[in-house]
Parts: sequence; structure tokens; C-alpha cells
Amino acid sequence: MSLRVTDLRVHYKTLKGDVRALDGVSFDVGDGEILGLAGESGCGKTTLGKSLIRMDGRMRHVGGKVELDGEELPIGDDRRMNPFRFHKVSLVPQYSMSAMNPTRKIGRMVGELLRSRGVALDQATLESRLDLVGLPREVLQRYPIELSGGMKQRMVMVISTLLDPSLLIADEITSALDVSTQKSVATALAGFRESGVVKSMVFITHDLSLTYQIADTIMVMYAGKLAEKAPAKTMVEAPRHPYTKLLIDSLPEVGVRHTERRLAGIAGSPPSLLDPPAGCRFRDRCPLAFDRCAQEPPPVEVEPGHVVACWKADA
Amino acid sequence: MRRYFGRKLLVYALTFAVAVTVNWMIPRFMPGDPVASMLARANVSQPQAVEAMRTYYTNLFGLDEPLWRQYLNFWGALFRGDFGTSIWVFPTPVSTVIMGAVPYTLGLMIPSVLLSYFVGNRIGAYAARRKLLDNTVLPVGYVLTATPYMWLAVLLAWGLGVVAGVFPVAGGYSFSIRPSLSADFLLDLLHHWVLPFFSLFLVALGGWAIGMRNMIIYELESDYSNYLSALGAPQRLIRRYAFRNAMLPQITGLALQLGVLVAGALVTEIVFAYPGLGSLILKAIQNQDFFLLQGIFLFIVLGVLIANFVIDIVYVLVDPRTRTGMAGASA
Repeated sequence: MSLRVTDLRVHYKTLKGDVRALDGVSFDVGDGEILGLAGESGCGKTTLGKSLIRMDGRMRHVGGKVELDGEELPIGDDRRMNPFRFHKVSLVPQYSMSAMNPTRKIGRMVGELLRSRGVALDQATLESRLDLVGLPREVLQRYPIELSGGMKQRMVMVISTLLDPSLLIADEITSALDVSTQKSVATALAGFRESGVVKSMVFITHDLSLTYQIADTIMVMYAGKLAEKAPAKTMVEAPRHPYTKLLIDSLPEVGVRHTERRLAGIAGSPPSLLDPPAGCRFRDRCPLAFDRCAQEPPPVEVEPGHVVACWKADA
Repeated sequence: MRRYFGRKLLVYALTFAVAVTVNWMIPRFMPGDPVASMLARANVSQPQAVEAMRTYYTNLFGLDEPLWRQYLNFWGALFRGDFGTSIWVFPTPVSTVIMGAVPYTLGLMIPSVLLSYFVGNRIGAYAARRKLLDNTVLPVGYVLTATPYMWLAVLLAWGLGVVAGVFPVAGGYSFSIRPSLSADFLLDLLHHWVLPFFSLFLVALGGWAIGMRNMIIYELESDYSNYLSALGAPQRLIRRYAFRNAMLPQITGLALQLGVLVAGALVTEIVFAYPGLGSLILKAIQNQDFFLLQGIFLFIVLGVLIANFVIDIVYVLVDPRTRTGMAGASA
């Protein structure tokens, strides 16, 4: 088991109190597995991604633990976490377009970054990685501004994976790209896994259809909790959680004229995480809600590898 | 690169032409007649003599010709390096008068501008990383930058000059010493230089420190800093990048400041009776000395243009983004 997250709780400190962005999430990611993490904005998926590598100043690790390759990650301790970063856990950020220092040539920046981590720059590895994502070697002599958005994205992917991390977190990396570039970025990511550069990957996105293309397993989160986790195919074809069902129903389908059939949405909005209601958090928007939903449904493994947190999962 | 500098030079040439024209216009359309005031100073009682002198002076300064001729003559003389003759210190050429004052102004300006720039940026960068320093530097910086140059100058002259008696309050050097290259004179020069220098230095310092602090904080919050932190890069590397990038807007600020500081130095020089260009401007205005005023303004315009051009070149060297912009389409 590559990554094991147990009952992870991360809160945001605010003036009004703690915002429970992650409220007890447990899951595993196996060796060579790509986990797609989906959900609407505010569900805690980015918080989860950040918690695994670097919390920002407002985040507090409240409970639970994270193990990577059998070693516990000190996620709440910025200093102790540092040796793991880049070497063991790495990140392809949401903001790849501006992730590189604009006033340094890319090659020089990579060299300086590696040296600062006490690693010598291996030119051959770097070049083979550039080939892997289809970037010409000349990019190292360029400034970031001279690259297109897709090129910058791929360059950041190369930098992030240079030390062969065990876990790669890709946070909303396709949101700013057009559809054809999205596809090539997703393919490049899968390529990193295929060639064994990274062992496992957490691919965070709100785009379920893209996740379906590259992820082995999809995990859907809702309001800081796990809603459903299943193999990608099962998740799309036979979801059990009412939220997942509605989420998949609200995706447009190719060939369907939406003038004839209105695209379904999910009415309402997620509850405030400042003081979340007891019981199932999806209750207010759920068409199947009944009395028992006032109690919190535990995540239950309904089939091997298929976990659902809903009292009506069997229905 | 060629096109970029070609375009820049064209803009500078146009600015220069407009500045020269305005420069020529202002004293001529100012109320008052300089020849009349020279005659009044000569104190001649005979009307014939007065008339002869008026004709002589008017002819000498070329004021008897139509305005458009005067304008053309002005340009012609300019290219020969001839700024005319001063009215205030009559037979001395304007260029000589200006050259006598320039070393004082430059000696005051260049160190105060550059030192305040470097020291201010350093202090600002340190303030951005230490809470304690931030809480002290910021308020002091705001007070300093809000202080008018001349008020600080008066305060310094009063405190360190009149009350403490450590520094002389007026002049570029003591009246008892003749300008020469002796150690005595140089020491005396330095002694007189300290107060005007500090009044300029301190006011500029606050602004630079605040600007740099804010820029550094902004850069440290930027995406590339976050990315480097996420990859576990040491703070040293991140701060180095942030400092360099925060420097870029400060360089633009320096270019702007150079123009403003000339005016700042003017009042400071007057407060300390420092024999630089600022005092000279005042005297030229008081004596309605067209030619001297024109000469000084031209000198200042040239100085600002040259300083800006230098900054343009520096900017191209330090910011790769301007270089790509120059090449037109991204290569």
C-alpha cells in the first residue's frame, strides 16, 4: 500500500471559528494506482491535496494520520515535512502557468532548485523526461514567458517528478487548459505512472469525465467527507451514493440535444462547514433522505473496493 | 533590440525638442523686462546713455529680432554648445555659471538617491521577514516618506546646526577658505555636505523601504514562491528570487524619482544656501536671467532624459520579459 490516510481531519482557522474542511476522511492508494478525487468546489478536495504536501498558514492538522510507504508523514509540522517534499511527495499545482520564476531561464531555475535540495542535476534524466512529455530540449534555455500554457504545464510536471516521488498530487491541473491540451496533459500524467517515474498519484479535479479517462479509482467527496470510492468504471456505470448519481446525471452526454432533454443539476448548495449539521451532510439536497439520515452514515464497503457512505447504498 | 532602442531614442528626442521649446517660451512670456532691470541696476541718470545701453543690451541678447528668429537662433546656439551670456553675472557665459554649480548638485544628488535606494531596499527586504523589524520600520518609514524635504532640512539645520553646533548650516564651504584641492578644503566641503545629504537621504529612504517591503511580501505570496515551498526549497532560495523580482518595479520607481528629486534638491539647496543648481535657479528667477534659467532647465531636462535612458537599458538587462517583448512575436 503506497498511501494510507486514516480519519484525517484538517480545519481552517477563521475569526468565526474552525471551518471543518476535512472531517474524518480515510482511504488507501495502492502502488501504481491513480486515484481521481472529484467533487464540487468547497468539498475539501484541494484541502486534502494540500494536506498531503504543504498546509498553508491557516490550516491546522486536527487529527488522523497519513502514511506513505509505511512511514508516517508529519503533515502538521512544516519543518519535519520538508525532507519528504519533492523526494517522496510532489505536487503539480493548480497554478502551473505561473509556478516558475519569470526572471530565470528554466534550466537554470531547475539547477538551482535541485542544488538547494542537495541533489546534483542529472542532465540525461532531465532530457529523457522532457522527451517523455514531448518538450524540446531548448525549453531549458527559455524563460517561462516564452512557453505556451500547455508547455509550461508539462514543464512543471517534469520538474515536480524529477526526483521520482512515490506520490504525486495533481491539483486541478487541467482546469485552465482547453480540451485538447487537457487530453495531452492527462496522457502525459498517465505516462509518468507507466514508466514508473511516480508510484501513485492523486488526481484532483471537478471534471468527472476527465478523471474517468485516466484514473483507476475515483473518490467523490462531499462537504469534507468521503461520499463514495469505487473503481472508475463502477463509479460511472453503477454509482450507489445518491450524490454521485446526481453528479453523473448532470454531466452532458455526447449526441444528446439538450434542447430536447434539459441537463439535470443538483438543487441547493453544500452546507456551511463552519458548523456543519449532524448526520448525513447531503441530507438537505438528497431525494432519498429519510429519518435515519439524521445519524451519520459510516463508509461501508459494499463490494470489494467500493466504499459508500449512505444508508441507502444497497437500494 | 535595435527597433526597441530606436523607438526609445525617437521618444527621447521628441521629449527633448518639446522641453527645449517650452524652456525657450517660459522666460520670454514671463512678466518683467530683464534689460530694464539691468539698466536700473547700472543706475545711470542720463536718458541718452540709458537709451544707448538699452539698444546695446537688446542687440547683444538678440531680443530685438522677431520671436521666430529668436527661436531659431536659440536652437542654432544650442547645437554650438552656446547657452548665451548670463544677465545676472553679466559677462560670464551661462555654461560657465552652470558648470560651477553642477558638481555641488551632483555631489549631493547622486549619493543621496543611490544610497537611499540601496539602503532602503535592504531595510525593506529585512522588514518583510521579521515581525519586530516590520513593526518599527513601517511606521518610521511612513513618517519619513510623508516628511517634506525642506521641513526635514530645516529641522536638521536647527537641531544639528544651530542647537548642537556640530554641522554648519549654510554654504558649500566656509567663506574663509578658497576652493582648492587641499585636504582642508575637501574636509570642509564634506562637513558642509552632510546635512543637505541627510535631509535628502532620509526622506527618500522611507519610501524605498516601504515599497520594497510590500513588493517582497507580494512576491513571497506569489505562485512561484508557493511552488518552491511545496517542493521543499529552502527559504534562502525563495527569498533570493523574491528580492530580485521585487527589485524590478523599484527600478522603475528610481527612474521616476530622479525627475522629482531635482525639484526636491532645489528647496534643500535653498534652505542650506548650498551653491548648486537649485540655488542658481532661484537667483536666475529673482534676477530675471532668461539665459541662465534656460540653461539650467535644459541641463535638468538632459539629466532626467539620460537617467531614464540608462534605466531603460538596465531594465532590459535585468528583466527578460522586456527582452521578449522587443522581439515582437514570441520566439
